[in-house]
Amino acid sequence: MTDQAYNFAYLDEQTKGMIRRAILKGLAVPGYQVPFASREMPMPYGWGTGGVQVTAACLTPEDTLKVIDQGADDTTNAVSIRKFFQRTAGVAVTEATTEASIIQTRHRIPETTLSAGQILVYQVPIPEPLRFLEPRETETRKMHELEEYGLMQVKLYEDIARHGQIATAYAYPVRVEGRYVMDPSPIPKFDNPKLSGSAAIQLFGAGREQRIYALPPYSDVVSLDFDDHPFTASKAAHDCALCGASDSYLDEVITDDAGGRMFVCSDTDFCGGRRAGGHLGALGVAGAL
Amino acid sequence: MGVMDMKLAPPDQAEAPLLSVRDLGKMYGERIGCADVSFDLYPGEVLGIVGESGSGKSTLLSCLAGHLQPDQGQVVFQTATGPRDTVTMAEAERRRMARTDWAFVHQNPRDGLRMGVSAGGNVGERLMAIGARHYGDIRAQAIDWLGRVEIRPDRIDDRPRAFSGGMQQRLQIARNLVTGPKLVFMDEPTGGLDVSVQARLLDLLRGLVREMGLSAIIVTHDLAVVRLLADRLMVMKDGHVVEQGLTDQVLDDPQHAYTQLLVSSVLQV
Ligand SMILES: Nc1ncnc2c1ncn2[C@@H]1O[C@H](COP(=O)(O)OP(=O)(O)O)[C@@H](O)[C@H]1O
Ligand SMILES: [Mg+2]
Repeated sequence: MTDQAYNFAYLDEQTKGMIRRAILKGLAVPGYQVPFASREMPMPYGWGTGGVQVTAACLTPEDTLKVIDQGADDTTNAVSIRKFFQRTAGVAVTEATTEASIIQTRHRIPETTLSAGQILVYQVPIPEPLRFLEPRETETRKMHELEEYGLMQVKLYEDIARHGQIATAYAYPVRVEGRYVMDPSPIPKFDNPKLSGSAAIQLFGAGREQRIYALPPYSDVVSLDFDDHPFTASKAAHDCALCGASDSYLDEVITDDAGGRMFVCSDTDFCGGRRAGGHLGALGVAGAL
Repeated sequence: MGVMDMKLAPPDQAEAPLLSVRDLGKMYGERIGCADVSFDLYPGEVLGIVGESGSGKSTLLSCLAGHLQPDQGQVVFQTATGPRDTVTMAEAERRRMARTDWAFVHQNPRDGLRMGVSAGGNVGERLMAIGARHYGDIRAQAIDWLGRVEIRPDRIDDRPRAFSGGMQQRLQIARNLVTGPKLVFMDEPTGGLDVSVQARLLDLLRGLVREMGLSAIIVTHDLAVVRLLADRLMVMKDGHVVEQGLTDQVLDDPQHAYTQLLVSSVLQV
């Protein structure tokens, strides 16, 4: 039941309208960081206040919400955000990627291909991909305006010079529709190819930094690289120990004090679905979580 | 005023100035930054700008290089597609030109280098900014340029913080010249350095200017620097150019009382 002390989805209608305008602007200019007046939310920054505000502005009573953190529905952060919207919006929730109309995520894109009509909302800590080398906001804005992206390439150059390869494994910078360079939030670079050509709407919210940006469906998104050091969407060279998947992003899990470890899908819904369908990994138990 | 009759495209291209400055002026409120500055700079020529502190040298250089918006006047640069006034040019185009056709060497290397980026990354930035996307090529060019400014190739992955002041300044020069600019602006390039280090840097600069056929505008309060580098000299006082001419002529036979003072005070040292 919705808590009557709050407006639907916590934020007042005027604030939601303001955020929706920022979202629409973001969709009209893919990859461009739209400033918005971020509101105080009843949770600390770093807990996805940007994503929560975007989700609040998108939710309707008919929506079904899924929330994941690092691919899992049952982590503290995901559970608390899900409960927050159950309480303030009374919407249906799910762990099934295919059943959700809105998915809020931190650090992952679901393995299951998203479809038209779905909205993926990313929680973003630092929206400015050029920040690392150019701390002045006035200057980074100018660089975006004038498409001066040499500096982004310098970051990758430094990676190769130091590590022999592009060591950036998360928040790997992309170029959107041949125009804006964008930080895809700290998803593993394994997920980068899923950003491009997706049928879903992808929205990015940074609360502390007060920025919203977006990828409309079927946006062309290219990961930056060098001709002689091409981008690769790497992952651990294992199969999931539970479901046997060879093509999903894996977390390394320590299993005992003796240093035993196994690799399992970070996307818990994907992994559970495969096991329910009879796929078994080396340590898998059918149907169990 | 000489503005309207300025020749933008003289028939003889070999004679066309690389830079034509007319009636350039910049005020800071009521205070004059620089005023009524006009001169031509020809390809391969090095122009020295001297004058005491506060005479407007840096203001003038910043206006010329597009770092400051002048209040009036023209700065016409001979681009690949003909003469263009860089004052009225769109900012995007001016910044692109600053990365390709121009170079700017700051007095303080901190203003001209990225201190958190390796020497190789500093040199490679301009290449990447104009579209270089082959790591091996970028690195090879960086090593080549480090060599040309006498920095050992094994320092390529070190950050400028680990370099001496002279090395930082040489790195700044390499970073600027790697894209083969036509015109180099320098503001007191030997400013903070020891005398022996200064001499070596000047020598290096002179060699590069000759070898690359660079045009340069060098601001300094040090007459020894212009004696060594500059073909022509402009003397500034209170924001105005009080005398200009061939360097040797101006220094050996100064006409303006202020220039005479400037030269004599140096000779006494
Ligand atoms: N940002 C500024 N704001 C106000 N006045 C300035 C500024 N920069 C320079 N000036 C003034 O303009 C004049 C010329 O300064 P500057 O171009 O720095 O001379 P120089 O480089 O020859 O020492 C001086 O009177 C100086 O005080
Ligand atoms: Mg100065």
